Amino acid sequence: MIALRIALGVGLLFIVSLVIFGATELLPGDLANELLGQSATPETLAALREQLGLNDPAPVRYWNWLTGALTGDFGVSLANGRPISELIGARLGNTVFLALYAAALSVPISLILGILAALWRNSIFDRMANAGALTAISFPEFFVAYILVLWLAQTGLFPSMVRINPTTTFGDRVYMTFLPALTLMLVVTAHMMRMTRAAIINLMASPYIEMARLKGMSPLRIVLRHALPNALAPIINVIALNLAYLITGVVVVEVVFVYPGLGQLMVDAVSNRDIAVVQAVALIFAAAYVALNLLADVLSTITNPRLMHRR
Amino acid sequence: MNNFDMTGKTFAPSRRGVLKGAAAIGAAGLILPHTTTSAAAQTRGGTFRIGIGHGSTTDSLDPGLWEHLYVQTFGSARHNYLIEVGADGQLVPEIAESWSSSDGQTWVFPIRQGVSFHSGKPVTAADVVASINHHRGDDSTSVVKPLLAAITDVRADGNNVVVTLEAPNGDLPYLMTDYHVPVLPSADGKVDANTTDGCGGYIVESYEHGVQATLNRNPNYWKSDRAWFDRIELVSILDPAARLNALITGEVDLIDQVDPATIGMLESRGVARILSIPGNAHYGFPMDSRQAPYSDNNVRLALKYALDRQAMVDVILGGHGAVANDNPIGPANRYFHAEMEAKTYDPDKARYYLQQAGLSSLDVTISVADAAFSGAVDAGAMFSETARAAGINMSVDRVPNDGYWSNVWLNPNGNTPFCATYWGGRAVEDHMFTTAYAAGADWNESFWSNDRFNELLVTARSEVNEDLRREMYHEMQQLVSFEGSTIIPMYNNYVMAVANKIATPEQISANWNFDGFRCVERWSMA
Repeated sequence: MIALRIALGVGLLFIVSLVIFGATELLPGDLANELLGQSATPETLAALREQLGLNDPAPVRYWNWLTGALTGDFGVSLANGRPISELIGARLGNTVFLALYAAALSVPISLILGILAALWRNSIFDRMANAGALTAISFPEFFVAYILVLWLAQTGLFPSMVRINPTTTFGDRVYMTFLPALTLMLVVTAHMMRMTRAAIINLMASPYIEMARLKGMSPLRIVLRHALPNALAPIINVIALNLAYLITGVVVVEVVFVYPGLGQLMVDAVSNRDIAVVQAVALIFAAAYVALNLLADVLSTITNPRLMHRR
Repeated sequence: MNNFDMTGKTFAPSRRGVLKGAAAIGAAGLILPHTTTSAAAQTRGGTFRIGIGHGSTTDSLDPGLWEHLYVQTFGSARHNYLIEVGADGQLVPEIAESWSSSDGQTWVFPIRQGVSFHSGKPVTAADVVASINHHRGDDSTSVVKPLLAAITDVRADGNNVVVTLEAPNGDLPYLMTDYHVPVLPSADGKVDANTTDGCGGYIVESYEHGVQATLNRNPNYWKSDRAWFDRIELVSILDPAARLNALITGEVDLIDQVDPATIGMLESRGVARILSIPGNAHYGFPMDSRQAPYSDNNVRLALKYALDRQAMVDVILGGHGAVANDNPIGPANRYFHAEMEAKTYDPDKARYYLQQAGLSSLDVTISVADAAFSGAVDAGAMFSETARAAGINMSVDRVPNDGYWSNVWLNPNGNTPFCATYWGGRAVEDHMFTTAYAAGADWNESFWSNDRFNELLVTARSEVNEDLRREMYHEMQQLVSFEGSTIIPMYNNYVMAVANKIATPEQISANWNFDGFRCVERWSMA
């Protein structure tokens, strides 16, 4: 069962790699053009194209790239000749750090808010939590980010931009990255919180919850002990989706806080036609999505005895 | 017949003064005067953090590929050039102790002794030769290859570098100030174009492409009255609001490209001041003169009278600029023609020229994107509005920023004969004209070809009589302005904002942005 899922994931990644390669072939202009920009002249263009190997046919370039990527070697950036693994390395770390940071803030908060909202359904608290979370998700990310900068950075509480270098300590990093993480938390909390609430409320009408209630259990115990374990599958799926989003979709937040993450790298690479980097980053993003969904499936299976122990 | 020797009468007094001074002090074994600012007023130390609205992971260390402010500033922090353009626009010897030529065709640059690269390797004539040759030859990918194409030979002769041209050119020393041509360390006649090593005032500590660079002061820097800061940090901040926030919250000390709309707010904060430096940079609208209707000069003139230049300066530049008269030579140039008849917004005159062209109305399309310059789309809309009164129906085609320079500019597909452009301006007239107005030049964006202009361009290069030369350049500006095919409505100032804790010299270079990219070594803590 799990082995089949993993095999499917790998197959999916292969198809994605084909799509990525095909899509980048469709972009207008080529790297030599973008690299030289206004300064391009036919002769410098021709010289650069030759140097970069842009004259090879597409299938040859695809094969070279795929075999390299499988061994962890994404080749060199077409734009400046640096190894792509070096370009991606630090940024991947930054992106994962920010995603985990935002997740560490938002997952507990949305679970607690969701459970409490379900527990006190239709109360003032429930309405306030829902309205607050929906308001936060309704604003565009950059707007939330600018508001936070205005309130928390211009007053001197937190830095308005993130400047990480190899000597930055973990504590400094947590402090400097607080605003982007908070922005992302505000963006993703509503989804997870409302899913938690809905899943639990859905179960609260079940006969076994009725039974528990008749036994005289406290409402909190009913929710935590009886409802939550059965509601975990949909919640895990939503968390996985949001984690994937936090890794792949935060370019706007990266720009506002000058955060050197993968999103910015991807945008740079696309606008510069640095095809090799675009392909590598896209493949990493696809792998993150596939892996997180796979993990969600596996965890859902584990939390559900009926799926774990099939007759 | 030509005499470009430093003792000759061929140069303006000011330029000769610099040459003489350099030679005299060089002979006395002293360090050269960099006296544009008062040394006593400047203090050592501190960290200078600059937020720049450019920079990407694809940036190259290879100077032949540099094209934006981040790499330009980074380059002048770690490198020296043969010659520097001083804050007052005059040439200052740098790695070349002086320069001379007996005929304007063969130039001799004695190389300063006792200067070392950060690695400790001394700077030699061979390094300079290799650095220039990096931009020449068939396999060179340098963007200044066309500019240096007139060089036929570069060789080392003892401590001298000898450059031979195919024809006399009195402006060669100016070409050696081009930011693409720093002195790089070489081995076996080849430079390592991707090194961070240089002989400039700051040693690179770290560089993360498209993110940040940190540099520390070069303790062995040969200039005693430069490079005041202990440390330089260059941060790439693409988002204008983020850049402004970084300055307000004290994360950086200097930013470029300040949005005119936010200047009032920034000034009221009291943490920073605005520097608005008029230069030769300009925005324009080239028309493909090979293609109808732009092939008719009457149509071009009609269009030139159909836009409100002052309104564009006020609206597009927020007042941080000046009206230009379709002249790519700016007020900061030596031979700027200030007395030319100014073109104002005059719909009647535009109609008159349309009639001369045998037209009662005109339909044109202008292709614009903000990639050309910030506000180009709005400028196109303004142009279209004012042109209507002259009977010109101008539709504004907003094209994507992405791919603008390869798909729209230079009319490669034949469907964008009228578009927008920007130029950083050049220190010398010849440099600007040769790059974008000479017939057949790669970047002649209007494909303009004027026999008289092209003839003057060649003659003026080797003309030794200062007055005659001035006259020639004036005539060329007149030709470009009234017969040329590029509408240039405005000179844009370099607008930057600097924190109050940074001291800036009284005179700031108009040559390029950021004090000619030299803010890193000319400025200091207040």
